[in-house]
Amino acid sequence: MSDFRAMFAGFPNFNISEGFFPNIGLQDGLNWAEEFIQNVVIPRLPEAVAAHFPVELGTVLIMFACAGIFVAVVPLLPLVLVLAERKVSARFQNRTGPMRVGPWGTLQTLADGVKLIFKEDYIPPQGDKFLFLLAPYIIFACSFAVFAGIPFGQNILVSDFNIGIFYIMAISSVIVMGVIMAGWSSNSKWSLLGSLRSAAQIVSYEIPLGLSILTVVMLVESLSMPEIVSSQSNGIFSWLIFRTPFTFIAFFIFFISSIAEVNRTPFDLPEAESEIVAGFHTEYSGMRFALFFIAEYANMFAVSAIAVTLFLGGWEGVLPGYDILGGFPGFVIKTLALVFLMMWLRWTLPRLRVDQLMNLCWKYFIPIAFFNILGTGIWGLIFPEDTLVSIIISCAIIYIGLICAYTIAGRTLAQKPEPQPS
Amino acid sequence: MEFTLKTFIFYGFAFLTIASAFVVVTVRNIVHAAFSLMVTLFGVAGLYVFLQADFLAATQVIVYVGGILVLILFGVMMTSGRLEMRIHIERGQLLLGGVIAVALLMLLLTVIANTPAWKNLTDDGTELPPTTERIGELILNGPFLLPFEVVSVLLLVALIGAALISRKEVRE
Repeated sequence: MSDFRAMFAGFPNFNISEGFFPNIGLQDGLNWAEEFIQNVVIPRLPEAVAAHFPVELGTVLIMFACAGIFVAVVPLLPLVLVLAERKVSARFQNRTGPMRVGPWGTLQTLADGVKLIFKEDYIPPQGDKFLFLLAPYIIFACSFAVFAGIPFGQNILVSDFNIGIFYIMAISSVIVMGVIMAGWSSNSKWSLLGSLRSAAQIVSYEIPLGLSILTVVMLVESLSMPEIVSSQSNGIFSWLIFRTPFTFIAFFIFFISSIAEVNRTPFDLPEAESEIVAGFHTEYSGMRFALFFIAEYANMFAVSAIAVTLFLGGWEGVLPGYDILGGFPGFVIKTLALVFLMMWLRWTLPRLRVDQLMNLCWKYFIPIAFFNILGTGIWGLIFPEDTLVSIIISCAIIYIGLICAYTIAGRTLAQKPEPQPS
Repeated sequence: MEFTLKTFIFYGFAFLTIASAFVVVTVRNIVHAAFSLMVTLFGVAGLYVFLQADFLAATQVIVYVGGILVLILFGVMMTSGRLEMRIHIERGQLLLGGVIAVALLMLLLTVIANTPAWKNLTDDGTELPPTTERIGELILNGPFLLPFEVVSVLLLVALIGAALISRKEVRE
């Protein structure tokens, strides 16, 4: 045990400078885990055991362990985020929020979690029991599977899929099945209404979401998440949001659509409290309700993390060569900033009506997103490589555009309605 | 036959696909059938991953599970008066379906029997290059450019048609 370093000599890709998780795909993953068993585990076993050691079984166990790290860490996020939401909402409404449990109420979520675990697990007797029990797990599993594709830092990544962002979109489109399943199996009109609203909303907003991702993919020419990040490595002006004026618009479309995807105010029609009780999870109680809750906050973090990866430089810093807002801490700070923005919007804006929601998506976002794709294509023809000139022009257009938008919006809002002739 | 981790996962996916497909055609409740179809489509996506067709697998999930299956469920929930719709199968339909199924089975068996290459296929563990780039080249810069454009025009026509049907009639 004296030579601790030698013990890990055979451990492939495991030093802190290279990151915690090795970059693995499906094939690579098997090979990596197998290598680990062959080089590290077997030499340390007694010979009689080593000869019969089941390599395949060990491989599976190691992959489960890797996934287990995420399953263990990600539920801690909602623990923090739920408290943050309650505190943020309290500050917005000039209250203090939870203050009793722990210092400044910091242990409130823990207490709530314990309460939810011990609550009665009610299953509606008229409903479809099997689907009712299955639905929370589908939503939960899909929101966790998304985390497998997000690069939290250089090599802090479960799996470097070649199709990265496309995989994330595919998995998150399955969540809607869980929502429909929950709403239908509860055998309650509130649940069914909520789930149908949710399905319509998610399916609609997936289109502008996908189209704004496409602008990024067009510029980077890759679907792989690490490659998208590494194309933004030259400081803040190489971040994709500033690369062209069109990606700047695409970022806002992406962010607003993803708020709609995770069913938060102003797009929280699926669980509108004042209309349909709690939407698709009205009938759920106890731990199953907690699973929905965890999934919602995990989703919120996930979409913010994806927005950061695609548009805000991922784990790359503000200045090239310096680690300001870079690395794992920088990534988390940027992501939490977007999460805070979501909370800010939730406690500021009123809920949209169904027709307003659909109008916003189909009549504004989708045409703008198509315009973005056209514009990005033309931009790519004019500036095949990113040069200083292209970045200066892009930033100038963004700046002028913002000022124009501010002035026009200000003038329109300042106009008082004309007095009606009596 | 050598029993490795890969074969284990492969048979897992294959079993999942076939078992859930069996449930789809036998279960009486149409919503159960739709949710079972989700498992089938996932199983097929898993098999695509085994063929190292990652792009195809993700497309399978995004189009069929995220799109078409949601539409099917929407249709079922919006149209039937009761939430649960029972399927009644008459004897004539059963006979016709059986004949078609047997014919399809014969066709597939003939194709399998006349394809000698599949017996010699072995998994030598080589990793194929990613498919995304090649698909993009073939569709946008290669022999499939024209069919791709024709399909996109077709989709555009369908989109305009859907907008025309669903919009409100405004009479002067």
